Amino acid sequence: MKFLRDFLDTQHHHFATGGKLEKFYPLYEMIDTFVYTPSDVAKGTVHVRDAIDLKRTMITVAMALMPCVLMALYNTGFQANKVLAMTGATPEGWRAGLMMSLGLAFDSASCLSNMVHGALYFLPIFLVTQIAGGTWEVIFATVRKHEINEGFLVTGLLFPLILPPTIPLWQVAIGISFGVVIGKEVFGGTGKNFLNPALTARAFLFFAYPAQISGDAVWTAVDGFTGATALGEAALGGIAAISVSWQDAFLGFMPGSMGETSALACLIGAAVLIISGIGSWRIMLSMTLSAVVFSALFNVIGSETNTMFGMTPMWHLVIGGFAFGTVFMATDPVSAAMTHTGHWVYGALIGLMVILVRVVNPAFPEGTMLAILFGNMFAPLIDYFVVQANIKRRLERAKV
Amino acid sequence: MSVKKAIFSPLFENNPIALQILGICSALAVTTKLESVFVMCLAVTVVCALSNFFVSVIRNHVPSAIRIIVMMTVIASLVIVTDQVLKAFVYDVAKSMSVYIGLIITNCIVMGRAEAYAMKNTPGMAFLDGIGNGLGYSIVLIFVGFFRELLGSGKLFGITIFQTISEGGWYMPNGMALLSPSAFFLIGIFIWILRTWKKDQVEETN
Repeated sequence: MKFLRDFLDTQHHHFATGGKLEKFYPLYEMIDTFVYTPSDVAKGTVHVRDAIDLKRTMITVAMALMPCVLMALYNTGFQANKVLAMTGATPEGWRAGLMMSLGLAFDSASCLSNMVHGALYFLPIFLVTQIAGGTWEVIFATVRKHEINEGFLVTGLLFPLILPPTIPLWQVAIGISFGVVIGKEVFGGTGKNFLNPALTARAFLFFAYPAQISGDAVWTAVDGFTGATALGEAALGGIAAISVSWQDAFLGFMPGSMGETSALACLIGAAVLIISGIGSWRIMLSMTLSAVVFSALFNVIGSETNTMFGMTPMWHLVIGGFAFGTVFMATDPVSAAMTHTGHWVYGALIGLMVILVRVVNPAFPEGTMLAILFGNMFAPLIDYFVVQANIKRRLERAKV
Repeated sequence: MSVKKAIFSPLFENNPIALQILGICSALAVTTKLESVFVMCLAVTVVCALSNFFVSVIRNHVPSAIRIIVMMTVIASLVIVTDQVLKAFVYDVAKSMSVYIGLIITNCIVMGRAEAYAMKNTPGMAFLDGIGNGLGYSIVLIFVGFFRELLGSGKLFGITIFQTISEGGWYMPNGMALLSPSAFFLIGIFIWILRTWKKDQVEETN
């Protein structure tokens, strides 16, 4: 690997101050620090020295997401292959052509076929996200003379996972552009956004192009096939109307946004995040408890007209985006509450909102995205009160 | 203050929406169509200019304690007249804008200019200041309305620019542009562009 180091070193003078490509120093710096550990260290006397920097944090989150990504690949292909076999339709388009030329049948029993078919849906969305979002990152870093940091790595991985497989690629590009520019960069970039950029991007698409991201026709990667998500079914007829078993819902074998279906994959991710200390267990726990308590409360209240009242907590936890949102979205350290007490309040608020939107609001079957954005909005206020209460408590202790 | 400054400084240097952050409400409400944007801009400019003029005429005779009520009466009368004129000549547009013409009374720009400028200046200058602020308001509304109508329904002034898919074309309308929050984003972007151009408007960080 010496030649790579040498190459980067020989190019350095072009990008250094006064060089002809001075403006593009952030790009050079990005490639250099992506490949090698930066050699410069903080020189001040007062500085926390910790092995875990932004790069390592982000890579840990990316690793925690891997079970969800694998499940996204498998389940997207599995659902599509299953429907193709059921309807007997002949798949068309470049994906079908590629599958044929690879000699893969559309067989939902074949793990490889499922993975490849799913990848053919997931990867284009992933690539468009990376290219469009990455371009904005580079533009802003270059204009502001910042370093290009790893903040986008996780956003760019989260965003494809919360989209339906059939979403048009131009919408992916517009969505992530909105998320990165309006959700993050206008507030100053990574670490200064008060909303989760991936969710901001999805919320934009949700309101701008609802036909491609909600309803019944978008969740399975087969043209013209209509199949509701478990939550969509439940919104119409309660638990009785859900066509998947609880076990399948837990494992993730059901239609939905690509990465969100498997509660199990999210649990594995949660374990990684909690053990590495990156995700807050307080937020995850309080959000889950709050959702359980309030959905149980709705069970007790009951309703004759609204069957969602009867949806048990066990079901609430495994369907829709609840598990994914709890583990990867609500715990985003930038947009979540910062204080420990704040974590509890923030998680409980989101859990309550998820259940409220799902059960009481007839317009949206799923409320996780909106609930987390709502929680993000309140996080600074929650922190403010926690900090003020702490100051007050300590002042009183000082008086005694 | 020169005549030129009274008319042109509210356009970009001291824009009532972008710098003073007044009159946001109607910028959200009436900007889905450029047609209603123009009617609204015209109405606000006329009301603002005339209210400034009349308030300035009587400024030396109004006791300070009741000046707000007096201004309110002047503005309300002018808005009612404007509303009636619009109903007489452009009935359809006026009807589609429902309460928002009447709500010009509550537009902070009108009241704000009467209080901040007309109470201290001669009627002629106050009139020009009203026109200027009306134009400053109009610039932002036209910017917002242009993008909202173009992106939200593929049209400008009701004339098709991008043929939408439902009409057999290629353009998929952006539903967000028809919802009020999009106006917030557009006003934000307007302010962003304006402050990149005129750096003295950037607020100090604390």
